[in-house]
Amino acid sequence: MIAHSVFFYLFATIAIFSAILVTVSRNTIHSVFFLILDFISISCLFIMIGAEFLGMIMLIVYVGAVAVLFLFVVMMLNVTEQRNQWFTSVKNSAHIPIGLIVSTIIFFELIIVIGGWKYKPDLFNVSNLIISETTTNTHSLGQIIYTDYIHVFQISGMILLVSMIGAIVLTFRQRTGVKKQSYIKQISRERNEGVQLLEVESNKGVKIDD
Amino acid sequence: MTDIGLGHYLTLGAIIFSIGIAGIFLNRKSIIVILMSIELILLAVNINLVSFSIFLGDIVGQVFTLFILTVAAAESAIGLAIIVVYYRNSGTIRVEEIDQLKG
Repeated sequence: MIAHSVFFYLFATIAIFSAILVTVSRNTIHSVFFLILDFISISCLFIMIGAEFLGMIMLIVYVGAVAVLFLFVVMMLNVTEQRNQWFTSVKNSAHIPIGLIVSTIIFFELIIVIGGWKYKPDLFNVSNLIISETTTNTHSLGQIIYTDYIHVFQISGMILLVSMIGAIVLTFRQRTGVKKQSYIKQISRERNEGVQLLEVESNKGVKIDD
Repeated sequence: MTDIGLGHYLTLGAIIFSIGIAGIFLNRKSIIVILMSIELILLAVNINLVSFSIFLGDIVGQVFTLFILTVAAAESAIGLAIIVVYYRNSGTIRVEEIDQLKG
């Protein structure tokens, strides 16, 4: 139990500090790296608490795909030179106290909700799909997803498909002024379009460029 | 203190959620950092769902965490595509200079 709490505090501290550094670091690349660190520590927490499948999926999806996507976009757009400017002048930093007040209010509201949960633990009824001790986490997730939640699962697959098509359609552009080889044009060319037979009178020649 | 319960995980989720909200409000740099803050908020929601699922013994929370993960990935892909198109059109993604809507 003591090891559990030690590791919890370790990963939670890393997660909180890297989350702060995501928002305040001056370089966008550093923000992406701290986001990766945050996801890794949270997925370690998930694995520790007993949700192994979700921890691994978090590693694969976020660290493997989403963070790499962020890195690609940051490096492609050349925004690393745009430094974050904190407290440049009083006029430019009027938003800072408002943002801090709103976020602390939200934090204290969440803490109040958590406190209410702590003092009345039997607030909700546990549903009948109990986590069993004998089957593994992945097995039980699969048993639920592919039976009870199959429609939601397929809809989430459709969401991924639509987002993929949307991203391709948004970023696709046709360049003008670029010469390309067109096979259809080449194949469908006929003899009477390309070759012309002329009766050439002697000593006159042919004008080529009409 | 040494007994880690549901409240610890929920507090961690609350802290990361408020850091994400503060990141959305405070930054004036680029929209990419705002998208990363949204990812942080979704991560906090995932922490809440997984910890409730474990401590209540109900696996549906983890199923919905999986769906939130899917939607978050789709959302960040679309958002980054929109940012790329906007940068191509206007040459900047600084938050202060995006004022075409005059809102």
